[in-house]
Amino acid sequence: MLAFLIRRALAAVPVIAVVTVFVFALLHLAPGDPAAIIAGDLATAEDIANIRAKLGLDRPLLVQFFTWVVQLLHGDLGKSIFSAHPVTQLIGQRLEPTLSLTLTTLVISIVIAVPLGVVAAWRAGSWIDRGVMGFAVFGFSVPGFVIGYVLIWLFAIELDWLPVQGYTPLAKGFLPWLANIILPSATLACAYMALIARITRAATLETLSQDYIRTAQAKGLATRDVLMGHALRNAAVPIVTVIGIGVALLIGGVVVTESVFAIPGLGRLTVDAILRRDYPVIQGIILVFSGAYVLVNLIVDLLYTVLDPRIRY
Amino acid sequence: MDIIQRRRFAVVRAACAFAALLAVSAAAHAQSVLRLVPQSDLKILDTVQTTNNITSNHGYMIYDTLFALDSKFVPKPQMVDTYAKSADGLTWSFKLRPGLKFHDGQPVTSKDVVASVLRFAKRIPAGVTMMQFTKEIVATGPDTFEIRLAKPFGLVLETLAGPENPLFITREADATGDPNTAITTAVGSGPFIFVRDEWVPGSKVVYRRNPDYKPRADAPDGFAGGKLAKVDRVEWLVIPDANTAVQALIKGEVDIIEIPQTDLLPLIRKDPNISVKVIDRVGTQAIYRMNHLIPPFNNAKARQALLYATGDQKDYLASMIGYGEYERPCWAVFVCGTPFETQAGVGDWAKGDKRANIEKAKQLLKEAGYKGEKVVILDPVEAHLAHAQAVVTAQKLREIGMAVDLQAIDWGTQSARRQIKDPPDKNPGAWNIFHTWGGGLAMNSPLSNTPTPSACDGKNWFGWPCDEELEKIRLEFPLAAPDKQKEIVERLQKRFYEVVPYIPAGQFLTPIAYRKSLSGILDTPRLVLWNIEKK
Repeated sequence: MLAFLIRRALAAVPVIAVVTVFVFALLHLAPGDPAAIIAGDLATAEDIANIRAKLGLDRPLLVQFFTWVVQLLHGDLGKSIFSAHPVTQLIGQRLEPTLSLTLTTLVISIVIAVPLGVVAAWRAGSWIDRGVMGFAVFGFSVPGFVIGYVLIWLFAIELDWLPVQGYTPLAKGFLPWLANIILPSATLACAYMALIARITRAATLETLSQDYIRTAQAKGLATRDVLMGHALRNAAVPIVTVIGIGVALLIGGVVVTESVFAIPGLGRLTVDAILRRDYPVIQGIILVFSGAYVLVNLIVDLLYTVLDPRIRY
Repeated sequence: MDIIQRRRFAVVRAACAFAALLAVSAAAHAQSVLRLVPQSDLKILDTVQTTNNITSNHGYMIYDTLFALDSKFVPKPQMVDTYAKSADGLTWSFKLRPGLKFHDGQPVTSKDVVASVLRFAKRIPAGVTMMQFTKEIVATGPDTFEIRLAKPFGLVLETLAGPENPLFITREADATGDPNTAITTAVGSGPFIFVRDEWVPGSKVVYRRNPDYKPRADAPDGFAGGKLAKVDRVEWLVIPDANTAVQALIKGEVDIIEIPQTDLLPLIRKDPNISVKVIDRVGTQAIYRMNHLIPPFNNAKARQALLYATGDQKDYLASMIGYGEYERPCWAVFVCGTPFETQAGVGDWAKGDKRANIEKAKQLLKEAGYKGEKVVILDPVEAHLAHAQAVVTAQKLREIGMAVDLQAIDWGTQSARRQIKDPPDKNPGAWNIFHTWGGGLAMNSPLSNTPTPSACDGKNWFGWPCDEELEKIRLEFPLAAPDKQKEIVERLQKRFYEVVPYIPAGQFLTPIAYRKSLSGILDTPRLVLWNIEKK
């Protein structure tokens, strides 16, 4: 197992390196000029050229790239072109809200969607199944911002139970944190729950038609034991795979959700940085996201061995 | 009452007294916090490096100015105590108010002032112009300084009091050096102190009241007068979603939205606890700029055709604002509602006869020799005001028979592409038209109106209009006595509409929305946060 972990960790290095080169090239080849944005709308071309020179953006692309790589190898992601904050500090400020949002969304989604999918498979064709699948279609079809607006209107304005926007760090108390995170998580979870419920239903349905399930039922096992101990366990690998893949969906989803609920997370930092062409920030975030994605895939691979002992690395 | 009961009673009384004390103490220490949704996010702290409004607004919080405009746009001393002009008008002497201190506790000296003026004058257009008339700016004592002009310049106080990109006084150590290197400190001498530790770029900016600030004794009036910070703390909360910001205002999570989206105003107005008010009575001028270097708009006739194509500015205003009471069709180049408003040179296009305008525009295009060249219009779709204008311009140009290529991009791309001077066959990023807007108090003077300068050295603002006659008239302005300035502006505007450096697309007002628990909001072209009380 240790050898596998080391192999995977080493394999992640070229992946992240390729991502790094690709993102750097894409950013710098795309039109846009942070110096022009810094200078403001009424600045002259001379002002912009002076700022560009000060920022080192007039140097050849390869020189800029190698300067950045050398910084990176020293553990320095650079500084924001605009605020002059270290990129690590900017990412550090935004990490907790985004982690809170994604983890809460994951928990809500898995806790609700997996049982729903299993029950839908167990009662395939019934009104429960149709209800669950109807919910899944709804979750996929309705844009996240619409769900967000409706939840804000209902729970923050009409019922006055929860705040409209913002984020309270966990360090300031669990309940204030929960009050701020519950609506955005519910918003983001809608699409994710739909995905997990559908895949759980499909995988469980396939497992329920297997001979060993019939055998288990013939042996007189309780329905709960058959569903949870035999059907779900054997259907778990594709479900876990989809949950892992869905993390990418979540990373995309946080951008919209963080904007609607004014959560100061990495999603908003990414969009702001892209719109302003804040190259060091964009590059730093992409590195973090790609690292996170590699890590999630590794965790999924490890979970396979737990869920299915036949899988060995 | 036995002893035990009396003891219990005493304990209860003591507990009650302690609780009451805590309550009083808590009330005494309860901070008044003003929460504002700003027009955009604060990213850059240096008010000289960028001309972005949000950075100037940050400047108004933490810095002070030598002079400031009152509500009648007359420059009034702010940090300056007394000042005098020599008989020949070439030497201006100033003395600072006593007791001015930076947030780090150091006194404000004339050396700080001189360094700040010199840095400002290297970047900000009004300052650059003043320096063309200036021999030197020197500190003559710890709290006195002089501006010594090389030739007469009638707008010294107006330059020092300019409200759009104001001259803020920073510490000498910060102001000395290359103006293109951003100042990253934020230590001023203004009514609020920047709380750097709580700054989360893209989310939150925090200020606290400056307990050492010595406001002027006179009442606040426009940007001038006493700047009394009446709340302990100010938080700028960046809420990117306009609807969420409005819901937060309705719920009382924020107190002010600086620029609420106009299509949400009906919802805001339904709430009895919220007021909507226009504090900037001058407003903003929307414009579009042509590339004067490449066909077809390198020809004055083709640019004149655009005046007739634009015709009724109401189309632009409806698209940008969509709220009649805030829309001001206006062809005065130097802004309606200001001393330099004039109809000089405004032609038939402004009468709004659409059919006649289209025919005239087609005729002018023919005279210009337009051969059906593609007209590239930059359309920064996420910048609502510019996008709305771009779509309208595209339609109007199609109506007069032009081949339009409306290119959807983002604002960052527009900022980069508009620097391109090349024609389309040499550079695929070439452009013909882009849209933007300018604050009324910057656009209202030939000195500070950035798109008007038309010197043929190619160093003027993007689009690079070239007309020596226009430029000659413009440069008469700062030399003229105040009673002659209007006549110069009239001649300037006549020439403007002959050579058409840009097209004004209408003027609009932007209201603020705030909870009625606030009082003391000043009628200033920019929202300033001193003098505001919160119940």
